[in-house]
Amino acid sequence: MKIHVTDQEGVKHELDALEGWRVMEIIRDHGLPIKAECGGSCCCATCHVYVDEDWLDKLYPLSEDEDDMLDETFDREDNSRLSCQLIMTEDLDGLSVTLSETAKP
Amino acid sequence: MSEKHTTDVIIIGAGPCGLFAVFELGLLDLKCHLVDILDKPGGQCAELYPEKPIYDIPAWPVISGQDLTDRLLEQIAPFNPQFHYQQMAESIQKLDNGNWEMTTDQGIVIEAPVIVIAAGGGSFMPKKPPIPELKRYEGESVFYAVRKMDVFKDHDLVIAGGGDSALDWCLNMQPIAKSVTLVHRRDDFRAAPDSVLKMRKLVEQGKMGLVIGDIKGIDGADGQVEALQVKTKTQGELELKCSRFLAFYGLTMKLGPVADFGLNLHENLIPVDTEKFQTSEAGIFAIGDINHYPGKLKLILSGFHEAALMAQEAFRICRPNEKLRFQYTTSSSDLQKKLGVAEDKAA
Repeated sequence: MKIHVTDQEGVKHELDALEGWRVMEIIRDHGLPIKAECGGSCCCATCHVYVDEDWLDKLYPLSEDEDDMLDETFDREDNSRLSCQLIMTEDLDGLSVTLSETAKP
Repeated sequence: MSEKHTTDVIIIGAGPCGLFAVFELGLLDLKCHLVDILDKPGGQCAELYPEKPIYDIPAWPVISGQDLTDRLLEQIAPFNPQFHYQQMAESIQKLDNGNWEMTTDQGIVIEAPVIVIAAGGGSFMPKKPPIPELKRYEGESVFYAVRKMDVFKDHDLVIAGGGDSALDWCLNMQPIAKSVTLVHRRDDFRAAPDSVLKMRKLVEQGKMGLVIGDIKGIDGADGQVEALQVKTKTQGELELKCSRFLAFYGLTMKLGPVADFGLNLHENLIPVDTEKFQTSEAGIFAIGDINHYPGKLKLILSGFHEAALMAQEAFRICRPNEKLRFQYTTSSSDLQKKLGVAEDKAA
C-alpha cells in the first residue's frame, strides 16, 4: 500500500503504508516534517493535513474531539483532518494528503 | 517579585521524568526544586492527555496520564520537593563558586551545583493567530492569559476561543468589563456544558455578545487595540470595536529559552552521553523527550532510566567528598528510612 504526501514546500513523496498504522505515524516514520506533539491521541492539532478531495468520502468521519482540535488551528479548510485519526486500510491505498503549516515542527 | 533559593538540583520541567528524577536524587539525599511553566505537575501527561490511557508503563497494564502523575507525586512526597509553577526557566549562568544560577521569567532565582533539563517537548506556550501586527499589542492590550483581572476592568473586551479558558473568562469578566464579546469559529463549544449554558443565557439577556467567525486583523495605535476584523460565514466581514483582546487558542510546545542556554543542540534536542546523560556543559543534564543520543526512544520509561543514571553523576558533583554507595530500596534500611517505611527494629 502507498500514500502520497505533499510537504509544506510542495514536494511530493510516495510512502509505503502499513495496514492499521495511523497516517501520522507513516509520515513521521518516513522523516517528513510533522510535529505530532501529542503522539497520536487527538490532543493537539500538530499533525493537521489537507486530504485530497477524491478521498474525503472514503475516510472515517470526523469525531467531535477531532473537530474541536482542528478548530485550534489557524489554517483549517473544509478538507482538513488530523492524520493521527486516519487509520490505514486497503480502501485508503493511494490516499493523497498535503501537510499543513500547523504540522511543521 | 524576586526570591532566591539554594538547593542541590534544579529540575526544569515537572513532567513524569522530572518527577521521577526527584525520587532517584532523593535516594541519594539530594534536594530538588522544580520549575514548570504550567500551573500543575505532570507536563504533557496532565496538560494534553490526563484522561488518555497509557499502556507501556512497566507493571501498569493501563494507567491514565493524570493517575501516573498522581502516583509519581505520592512516590516522591517523602523527599519534599519544592515546586515553582507558572515559571519559565529563562536564563542560566555559571557562578564563580562553580554553581549554576537559574532565573525564571517571574524573577525567581535558584542556585545549585546541578541543573536537570526534563522539559519534554519544550515549554507550553499559547498558540497565536497568524496576524503579524498582533505583536505590537501583546502585553499592552492583547493577552493570552489573565494574571490581573484589573487590566480588563471597564474595558470593551473581546475573548476568542471555544474551550474552558475562553468560557470561564467570559463569565468572570462579564460583571467587571464594560462589555464582553466572545468570538469562536463555530457555534459549538468544547467547554464544560454548564459554562456554555451560562454564556448562552447572558447572550440571550443581551449582557454579552457572541460572534461566530475568525479574527483576521487588528487595528489600533501605540499598543492599544481599537478594533478587530472578524470574518463570518453569515454576515461577511465585521469590525468589532474593543479596547482589550484575550485569545485562548490552546497551547503548543516550543523549546523556548532553553535554546539560548549555550548548550549544543541537535534539531531542537539536547545531545547527551548515555552514561550520565550530561549535556555539553558539566553539571547540566538532560533527560526524557528533550534529549538525544543514538538509539533514543521517546518513551516515559526511557526517561525514568535516564533519571536513575543521571542521579549518580549529580551526586558526585553535589557531594564531591562523599562516597557513592549503591543500595536497593528492598534491603537498605537507610533508604527505607528516607522513604519513611523503615521498620523499628530496636524493640
